[in-house]
Amino acid sequence: MQKTKQRLLTGNKAIAEAIRLEMERDPNVFVMGEDVGVYGGIFGATEGLFQQFGPERVIDTPISETAFIGAAIGAAAEGMRPIVELMFVDFFGVCMDQIYNHMAKIPYMSGGRVKLPIVLMTAVGGGYSDAAQHSQTLYATFAHLPGMKVVAPSTPYDLKGMMISAIRDDNPVVFMYHKTLQGLGWMDQLDASVGHVPEEAYTVPIGKAKVVREGTDITIVGIQMTTHHVLEAAKKLEQHGIQAEVIDLRSLVPLDRETILQSIKKTHRLLVVDEDYLSYGMTAEIAAIAAEEGLYDLDAPVRRLAVPDVPIPYSRPLEQFVLPNADKIFHEAMKLVNE
Amino acid sequence: MATISLDHLTWMYETMYKIRYYEDKMAEAYAEGKNPVFNIGAGPVPGEMHLATGQEPAAVGICVHLKKEDTVTSPHRPHHHAIAKGVDLNRMTAEIFGKVTGLGKGKGGHMHLFDPDVKFSCGGIVGAGIPHALGAALAAKKKGTDWVAVAFIGEGAANQGAFHESLNMAALWNLPLIVVIENNQYGISVPKSASTSVPSNDIRAVAYGMKGYYVKDNDPIEMYHVSKEAVERARKGEGPSIIEIETYRYLGHFQGDPEVYRDKNEVTLLREKDPIVRMRQILIQEYGIEEQQLIELENKAKQEVEAAYQFARESDYPEPEDALKDLFV
Ligand SMILES: Cc1ncc(C[n+]2csc(CCOP(=O)(O)OP(=O)(O)O)c2C)c(N)n1
Ligand SMILES: [Mg+2]
Repeated sequence: MQKTKQRLLTGNKAIAEAIRLEMERDPNVFVMGEDVGVYGGIFGATEGLFQQFGPERVIDTPISETAFIGAAIGAAAEGMRPIVELMFVDFFGVCMDQIYNHMAKIPYMSGGRVKLPIVLMTAVGGGYSDAAQHSQTLYATFAHLPGMKVVAPSTPYDLKGMMISAIRDDNPVVFMYHKTLQGLGWMDQLDASVGHVPEEAYTVPIGKAKVVREGTDITIVGIQMTTHHVLEAAKKLEQHGIQAEVIDLRSLVPLDRETILQSIKKTHRLLVVDEDYLSYGMTAEIAAIAAEEGLYDLDAPVRRLAVPDVPIPYSRPLEQFVLPNADKIFHEAMKLVNE
Repeated sequence: MATISLDHLTWMYETMYKIRYYEDKMAEAYAEGKNPVFNIGAGPVPGEMHLATGQEPAAVGICVHLKKEDTVTSPHRPHHHAIAKGVDLNRMTAEIFGKVTGLGKGKGGHMHLFDPDVKFSCGGIVGAGIPHALGAALAAKKKGTDWVAVAFIGEGAANQGAFHESLNMAALWNLPLIVVIENNQYGISVPKSASTSVPSNDIRAVAYGMKGYYVKDNDPIEMYHVSKEAVERARKGEGPSIIEIETYRYLGHFQGDPEVYRDKNEVTLLREKDPIVRMRQILIQEYGIEEQQLIELENKAKQEVEAAYQFARESDYPEPEDALKDLFV
């Protein structure tokens, strides 16, 4: 019998708690970014940290992403462990040189002699009409470029555990959190944005996907928000007698091929769902892995559902048309099992 | 002090009034469907909403000197600039309501308004509009015109690399570019003193070899004079300028901003110095304009705004599949 009541936290509080615990443990950990101080981060990821650690360790920066992300590289090379926040992933454009030519390549170019233990955390995702420059996920843009670990957790439990893993990792980690899974009072209220989070520090491994629902008829891979859409679709599929196995990818880099391949051995059908653009993206990568290493396990061609190759439009009916949702996943899955 | 024509004065007043009324109505429209529980994605106007209430002087003080052929770029807080530049109010409002009759057929939204007919554009990436205005100024010079380009930015944007790179090039190539910095004291929650190494950005002009102007106290008349000189100099090929204007953001950074970072009194005090109220008094007391004439201008402005909102509300949404159109022209 469960004797302790399970403590529930929102996504944003889970992240902030992870950072707090690591800052208490290691004086080299500090936070930089826009509005991370008194405001606590626009999406709450640094809530309460300024009050506890003060402006020396929780630093509001000017709107100068190249400089402060570049500075994270310089500070990390000196043995600090900076956590820098890029407020929306969409803003990567102004600072990508520091990210991919420097943060991602210096450890390699130095023959492994320079370590850059940086967490670049950033908010992703759409669905609330924030339009083309504030709604992307850009998972694959980062995952494509070698030298950065890239994670996109989908539950408060994983947000905390993977943040702690990211901070302790000696490599640069791009930590993407989904705005609508932060559990913020001013966005859509989703059950998935609240969950059980233990109080102590714990880690969830980077590079390990998770089977979040077992099934026999079809494997559906999701990531972050799409995982929750997939789970919803799986319930509906069950009503039609179809047992979907659902995999939450959690990490884009390293990618857990094994969990996916094991699953298709069992189900023989694969649907991949992404909130990023379709072409050259995560869905294509996983389809390629299935084709290269699991083709003979498949009874039907792989299906992919992702944002068609257009920027995210503003107007609600347009945006809803391009974003994946449970209904669309259900229909794709039905087509696939009937093939 | 140099004089201002009555036409210019009344245009500035009417336009400030129109902007204020427009933003007030937008705050109302934005709140629809977000009560009792605020949800950023709900209601007829979803998404982020950055209003310019209180910042009218910056927009009208320079746009009064601009013609249709001059270019304006604007940031994420664009409505006052758009209105002052003469953007089609109906289509702008329809865009913000996500309608097919909007400037971008509903694809852009409030931060992404494009009206090539009056050479206006804006965007959601801080600092990004500066190089676009630089390019417009380059084109104006190449074409042998006397057109100018104005980039409006917030004081926070003056710390972006794009600011530095663009100003150096503008001076180097002697381009007709004017960067108007609206110092509303904050970049979201961060006060200027915590983000900027100098007390005001006009003094940075020295570093680029261009002229810098400073307008204090959100003063539309002073903004008028300073801008007149900067625009005339640019038209004559005498080079780029920076104008910083001290202005005020009455509302949150975006609607729904909890504003934990500032004293609620701050805004009350600011509103007591309201530039529209002040200008109204000046027009009556110093320029002898009849109050009745101002009331007529105010009514005209209101009607125009009301009509734009009506147009937006009555327009249709785009068809969902339209999302796939317009990627390539
Ligand atoms: C490159 C980039 N970084 C950060 C942001 C997020 N952001 C939007 S507005 C803003 C503050 C801008 O301050 P300021 O330039 O002073 O303009 P204001 O909002 O005060 O009008 C920030 C940080 C962004 N849109 N683009
Ligand atoms: Mg500002």
